[in-house]
Amino acid sequence: MSAETVEKAIEKKPAEAFLSKRRKKLVSDPLVDDNPITIQVLGICSALAVTTQMKPTLVMAISVIFVVVMSNLVISLMRNTIPSRVRIIVQLAVVATLVTLVSEVLRAFAYDMYKELSVFIGLIITNCIVMGRLEAFALGNKPYDSVLDGFGSALGYSWIILTVAFFRELWGSGSVFGIPVFDYISGIFGPDFKLATNGLMVSPVGAFVILGLIIWVQRTKTGYVEH
Amino acid sequence: MELFNLGIRSIFIDNMIFAYFLGMCSFLAVSKKVSTAIGLGAAVIFVLTVTVPVNWLLNEYVLKEGALAWISADLASIDLTFLRFIMFIAIIAAMVQLVEMVVEKFAPALYGALGIFLPLIAVNCAILGGSLFMAQRDYTIAESAVYGFGSGTGFCLAIVALAAIREKLKYSHVPNGLKGLGITMLLTGLMGIAFMSFMGIDL
Repeated sequence: MSAETVEKAIEKKPAEAFLSKRRKKLVSDPLVDDNPITIQVLGICSALAVTTQMKPTLVMAISVIFVVVMSNLVISLMRNTIPSRVRIIVQLAVVATLVTLVSEVLRAFAYDMYKELSVFIGLIITNCIVMGRLEAFALGNKPYDSVLDGFGSALGYSWIILTVAFFRELWGSGSVFGIPVFDYISGIFGPDFKLATNGLMVSPVGAFVILGLIIWVQRTKTGYVEH
Repeated sequence: MELFNLGIRSIFIDNMIFAYFLGMCSFLAVSKKVSTAIGLGAAVIFVLTVTVPVNWLLNEYVLKEGALAWISADLASIDLTFLRFIMFIAIIAAMVQLVEMVVEKFAPALYGALGIFLPLIAVNCAILGGSLFMAQRDYTIAESAVYGFGSGTGFCLAIVALAAIREKLKYSHVPNGLKGLGITMLLTGLMGIAFMSFMGIDL
């Protein structure tokens, strides 16, 4: 037993594996057990507004992944030179620059999507996940670990908003990624048969209710109880 | 009359919380007690009422396409719109710092109660959202002041109402997994349905 631990210690010393257990945990933890939305209650602000359709949600998710990973990397690289008094301003400047980049790229290459997401791309700046990860992790950890941490958190955020969007689009508009699923199903059963869509799902209310239910299911599974 | 209409619309119909999901983080985190909720709501109203017109000035005279023409005609072709995010967030951060100093000086109890959430107003989506909507919808300065005040009031109304409900909720039996965030989301949904009844009001 002791020989084994000594061996491990020696093995660890030279260089940590590219994807060691600890690093894998950095990515996998925020997916379920420590999910930023359902457990930590962060980043709900911009999460819900775009979730009426799958497509804008996917673009939003990719943008958030990019911003979180890159800002974590930049702040982590600068962590020893930032005076702690002005760190919020520095963080905001870095995040705002990255978001401007995303917004300009979208405007150049996907103008329709840019129009559709409108102010919500800009609101990634104030997404609490970004600031939360910077404060809690990137300021005190090495760049590569910070990148993994940011990636995990953003992924945890992404799958939740994609799930919300899936149900909202399916029940609200009867489609998935713009493919009219409800029409196909109705077609099977003949011309008189029609699956109804629920207008409430397209309205903001649908997002609140669906997210509430997802949180319920997820917390029941993980056994997390808020007091 | 137009302005009054805009004010009513921004409070009830285009409510920051129920229509655009902005400011959800502090909405969920600070809505446990009515008194704290009122404090945060008041701070948000103030910050929004100030920042939206200030950002309007910034947008109109510096950032917009051709906005620099008032300095000299040569600068008329400059378009600084891409700097919008950084400039807006800088103004907001500065304003929040100011509010924080004032609150700390004149209402230390409120300062203690708001705790971390006062500086966090800077990253409250409702504040930045207010300025971005103002820029997108091409408001005039009077409109933007009314819009800032109205949307702040809408946020305040929503957070105080939710806090009141959550205070009562303490005495009810909520399933374990639904405690806290889950039931609050469902409650917000129900409140959203109530607010939907304001839709279509036009004075």
